[in-house]
Amino acid sequence: ECPGTGSAQAGKAAACQGCPNQGLCAAGAAGPDPAEAAELRERLRAGRHTVLVLSGKGGVGKSTVSAALAHGLAAQQDKQVALLDVDICGPSIPKMMGLEGEQVHQSGSGWSPVYVEENLGVMSVGFLLSSPDDAVIWRGPKKNGLIKQFLRDVDWGELDYLIVDTPPGTSDEHLSLVQYLGATHITGAVIVTTPQEISLQDVRKEINFCHKVKLPIIGVVENMSGFVCPKCKNESQIFPPTTGGAEKMCQNLNVSLLGKVPLDPQIGKSCDRGQSFLSEAPESPATLSYRNIIQRIQEYCEQHHFQEEKII
Amino acid sequence: ERSSLAGVQHILLVLSGKGGVGKSTISTQLALALWHCGKRVGILDVDLCGPSIPRMLRVQDRAVHQCDSGWVPVFVGQDKDISLMSIGFLLERPDDAVVWRGPKKNALIKQFVTDVAWGDLDFLIVDTPPGTSDEHISTVEALRPHRLLGAILVTTPQ
Repeated sequence: ECPGTGSAQAGKAAACQGCPNQGLCAAGAAGPDPAEAAELRERLRAGRHTVLVLSGKGGVGKSTVSAALAHGLAAQQDKQVALLDVDICGPSIPKMMGLEGEQVHQSGSGWSPVYVEENLGVMSVGFLLSSPDDAVIWRGPKKNGLIKQFLRDVDWGELDYLIVDTPPGTSDEHLSLVQYLGATHITGAVIVTTPQEISLQDVRKEINFCHKVKLPIIGVVENMSGFVCPKCKNESQIFPPTTGGAEKMCQNLNVSLLGKVPLDPQIGKSCDRGQSFLSEAPESPATLSYRNIIQRIQEYCEQHHFQEEKII
Repeated sequence: ERSSLAGVQHILLVLSGKGGVGKSTISTQLALALWHCGKRVGILDVDLCGPSIPRMLRVQDRAVHQCDSGWVPVFVGQDKDISLMSIGFLLERPDDAVVWRGPKKNALIKQFVTDVAWGDLDFLIVDTPPGTSDEHISTVEALRPHRLLGAILVTTPQ
């Protein structure tokens, strides 16, 4: 009987002898050492909220949403916020946060995150590259190793929020995050999509991934949802929701729709320039949407904390 | 034994690095444009987590069959105009997440390259996922012995 390709016994059980996949399973490809993962989870507990920003689809705005969420939460001076970028192949966070060219420093207590504000620290593989154009051409196991280091060796200090920006897909990075952090210690996932079916079909898979690994879903953000022309004020659907958009999908799958963010060319510009869009364009309808979404996420986190405390 | 790619004249990789810039869209439109010019075209979709090509060609409900020389690609159009292989055809349900680590992805990509009966094609277009990781390394390694023409890179302006 196959023990299951994801199990700790994968490739090592008696039943694996002679299976054509034995070599693959046994090659440590099953994932993190459970004892190590447990130790990591203990280290990272410290009563903070961990929010994963996921999609399934690329280019829908995960990094943009992560950056806005981090800025929005850090606007409260008494909150300590961290933004961890585990998109190893395409790390966008350094540029978006205006931190390109920054380096990571080592200290006695581990790696120091790069601080944007006193209460907002950032970590990304982007800070470890000697040149921003260097390609990180790594297979899964090596990526897992770096993610483990990010979680274990970065000296975040006492945190109120840890926001984790992820690459598209449902692969090594996502599995490792859930295994190292522990699904029960992750407050939840914010899933980003755009309105069209080509995106939604990947996002449904991501939602199924969350169910599979028992990761709570805080809700879905529909990004690039309509464009209001600054000149004529007419609204256009640049990515028409041919199958009902995120709203219909959320209804069908019984997950919350946190909000819809319209397209605003200012957003792309702010990201390129490393500025906080929320500060640069406070009057934009997109900013208003973001602020509502951030509030809803914060409310979910506080509710979750309250419930946890009640149980204790 | 004749390689499954022996009858393919040119292989084009469509790459980006960045997600959501239009790799699958460009792959599909490029395939259709080449077919309109009278070329025999196949598409290999190695985006295992987010396979978009089947829906773009309206064949998302089709299944893959086996023959003596391997897997038979799905044919699009009445006259078997474009052939396509994608993990999308192997999923039991379209919303099933493919939650695989690198080694398992690598094994399937190798199979897609060596075990699909592509037949005689002028162009094989390979659509890739974003990034520079397992899928990309394995695809290039598997295709290297064959006529790897080159890569087309897609981006958006920002």
